[in-house]
Amino acid sequence: MTRRPLPWHLFVFLAPALLIYTLVMIYPILSSLWLSLQSTTAQGAVHFAGFENYARLLTTELYARPLWKAAANNFVFFLIHMLVQNPVGLLLAVLLSFRLRGSTFYRTVLFTPTVLSVVIVGFVWKLILNPAWGVQRGLLTPLHLEVLDQPWLGLEHTALSTLSLISVWQNIGIPMLLFLAALVRIPDELYEAARLDGAGAWTIFRRIQLPLILPTVGIVGILTFVGNFNAFDLVYSVQGALAGPNFASDLLGTLFYRTFFGYQLQPGDPHMGAAVAGFMLLLILIGLLLYLVLWQRRLNEVEL
Amino acid sequence: MTAADQSAPVVGRRAQVLAHAGLLLFSLLATLPTLLIIMNSFKDRLSIFAQPFALPTAQSFTLEGYKTVASSANFGLFFLNSLTVTVGSLLLIVLVSSMAAFALSEYRFRLNPLLALYLSIGIMVPIRLGTVGILNLMVSLHLVNTLWALILVYTAQGIPLAVFVLRSFMQGVPRDLKEAARIDGASEYRVYTLILPLVRPAIGAVTAISMIPIWNDLWFPLILAPGEKTKTVVLGASAFLGQFVNDYNAVLAALTLAIVPIMVLYAVFSRQLVSGITGGALK
Repeated sequence: MTRRPLPWHLFVFLAPALLIYTLVMIYPILSSLWLSLQSTTAQGAVHFAGFENYARLLTTELYARPLWKAAANNFVFFLIHMLVQNPVGLLLAVLLSFRLRGSTFYRTVLFTPTVLSVVIVGFVWKLILNPAWGVQRGLLTPLHLEVLDQPWLGLEHTALSTLSLISVWQNIGIPMLLFLAALVRIPDELYEAARLDGAGAWTIFRRIQLPLILPTVGIVGILTFVGNFNAFDLVYSVQGALAGPNFASDLLGTLFYRTFFGYQLQPGDPHMGAAVAGFMLLLILIGLLLYLVLWQRRLNEVEL
Repeated sequence: MTAADQSAPVVGRRAQVLAHAGLLLFSLLATLPTLLIIMNSFKDRLSIFAQPFALPTAQSFTLEGYKTVASSANFGLFFLNSLTVTVGSLLLIVLVSSMAAFALSEYRFRLNPLLALYLSIGIMVPIRLGTVGILNLMVSLHLVNTLWALILVYTAQGIPLAVFVLRSFMQGVPRDLKEAARIDGASEYRVYTLILPLVRPAIGAVTAISMIPIWNDLWFPLILAPGEKTKTVVLGASAFLGQFVNDYNAVLAALTLAIVPIMVLYAVFSRQLVSGITGGALK
């Protein structure tokens, strides 16, 4: 290893990245947390308030009700991704790993929705599900599924799951590619041995593919978690900042936006907004910690 | 083993047929909504509603929607803003991340593992949680409603993953090469410029992977640069769609205009994108 007297070049190489990253990402996150511990009086004086904002956030009806509702909605949003997006993504990856003719074509096409902007995706689906434009009806009537012709985005009990499924539709390419990347690393000898034993597709999946890609399952799960608990764009572009109907599709991201900037009934409050961000950060850190402790440790045990 | 063996299907004939059926079905599901929008953007209002699934015919063809968009929105400017922000951020990300990745992969010093860990925090903790702080910072730097605010934020957001990917690629560059250059009297900066072309696939991957979230972001343009002069395509489209919500021709045309550029970019970069996400595992 090289040993030099005064490593100026080290400094030159590292400084730009560290500077931008620290100034625009780490410092703002920390200053947001610091802001969440402060409060502004009616006279405009800023003072240190400790965990007062968090107490308000978690206990007063004005803040706690929407917060827990958004957190619960966010959990449902995440659960639908875990139950639909990741299993279907895995299924598609497994189908692609069979090395059929045209696999590259399928892979490219299946990833296209992911490339589109959320604003476009949201609006496209809003149009398609819009009862005024008969696309939904045109598809469902020939199949005798008229029962399913509902304003899915406009009903309180269906809006959130519909939005989750739109998000699944858009993002399914990501778990698909991550699973596929793990699947193509499986050595051919294993498939050959399986073929000699006369194993079918299901046995190959169950006995060879699934056990070997378990680490990726964990990574996909935690990426989904972080992404979902940070979601905002889709709900904002389809339902607006009020996350309608009647806040039925409110997520922590939209609540954060409203708390910080305010909306018609309520003025914005940077301190409370920062507190919501602090709460979100805490949730994400808890998720990461659970992942590291429960999943990673289990994997290590399996390897031993 | 021959190349033909490598690409032979791993399952029997029946499973292959089923797999094709499944993949076709999902491909349809993935593309149909987008195709429906593009197709209907060229039809007159009556046909959009009466026969949403029909291709435009000589009678139903119209460019009315595109005319409305052209006359009422600054899409040209928005497009230029998005391009400036995306290209600017990508250049900065690649430059500063490759420099940092070079230092972290090449030199052993006490802070090395700590700095690598510090930089990787950003992979998992979303930058959005610092929004309040970022807005305050940009206000004090007088960068609100400038494209610089967006470029800086996206650069900061892109650095962690870029350093991570580039570092692991640079570690794979043979030692002898760098030592040979040093013996020939090359400075450390020269060695860095020699390494760059060797990790071109990784740079392509980092570019492709960082590009999509930057181009598509709505949150930061909405908060940091909502002014008419600094709007990005996504923000502009979002405002336009809200405004022309019942003019279906205009809405469908605007959607098509927003879809086509990113699709073209995707077609060009899809190989790098796939290798970026999958760590180069797929060819």
